[in-house]
Amino acid sequence: MTVHNLYIFDRNGNCLYYNEWNRKKQAGISKDEEYKLMYGMLFSIRSFVSKMSPLDMKEGFLSFQTSRYRLHYYETPSGLKFVMNTDLSVSNARETLQHIYSNLYVELIVKNPVCSSTPSLDSELFSSRLDAFIRALPYYSPRAA
Amino acid sequence: MVIFSVYVVNKAGGLIYQYDNYVPRAEVEKTFSHPLDLVLKHHDEKVVVSFGQRDGIRVGHAVLSINGVDVVGKNTAEGKDILEYLKDPSNYPVSIRFGRARLSSNEKLMLASMFHSLFAIGSQLSPEVGSSGIEMLETDVFKLHCFQTLTGIKFIVLADPRQSGIDALLRKIYEIYSDFALKNPFYSLEMPIRCELFDQNLKNALEVAEKAGNFGAGS
Repeated sequence: MTVHNLYIFDRNGNCLYYNEWNRKKQAGISKDEEYKLMYGMLFSIRSFVSKMSPLDMKEGFLSFQTSRYRLHYYETPSGLKFVMNTDLSVSNARETLQHIYSNLYVELIVKNPVCSSTPSLDSELFSSRLDAFIRALPYYSPRAA
Repeated sequence: MVIFSVYVVNKAGGLIYQYDNYVPRAEVEKTFSHPLDLVLKHHDEKVVVSFGQRDGIRVGHAVLSINGVDVVGKNTAEGKDILEYLKDPSNYPVSIRFGRARLSSNEKLMLASMFHSLFAIGSQLSPEVGSSGIEMLETDVFKLHCFQTLTGIKFIVLADPRQSGIDALLRKIYEIYSDFALKNPFYSLEMPIRCELFDQNLKNALEVAEKAGNFGAGS
């Protein structure tokens, strides 16, 4: 039961925040390229899903899973995208991501007059609160190395 | 509990088989008077609603028919441009049917190839070692399941999110593929599948899976 990593993207595709807790394998490309690839993949998945869907959707793409991990996705109406990779035992992390948005991002970044002007999240408080929150999740447990 | 459709993609990412089992087309037909309070625009050879959601007509819905006669792309059945037709007050009152546009074969081909690439990227961006590509993709109205064989063929099934037993169905489709397509001496590998027995057996397997899924999820 674990959380691997978390990305936060803004509506233009810039990665605002990234942190990893239990990542075993790097992507083999530089971090910048990885952010772009991740954003591009999500953008394509959203467009794919909207065309492919047999019925009209309200929330759209929620998550996908492979044989080893699950990617959870949450997008706010303002275009902010929260992406979290966890292992397969976590079935729904949507509330977690919503909590990160409303209780951490909005409280600590949006309401901070100093942080709102710069695009990337430089707030120490945000990083430490987010880290504490993730570690406190019921499904987070650092695996023995 | 339904299975919407089945796609089979070859190693190169090309669509070789597609079957729509259940296509729920929620369509709305309404009579309008001039001026039209919806904003329509051209998109991809179709006329779609870009603004003005109301009464079941959503943004993204396409114009399907005017006065009961199906439209042809951007033009009415007589060949007049739809937007021009709707600007003319003398054509009103007009009855227009809106709904989700059906995917054309070209669009299905493109979507299958798109998924083929997304499948590979899902594996590349994995934070864990030895991950496969995307095996299940979930949205609020459907779940897409994908099974990749050792030879690189992908079987993709779109179903209701509550439908169970899709893994077994994917394996069954693989079995049907190897029995009725691969063992068919007239079938060439990686080419579109045009084998009657494959179609029939696939349809039967889908029926069985839908019924079994109903029992499983209902209890």
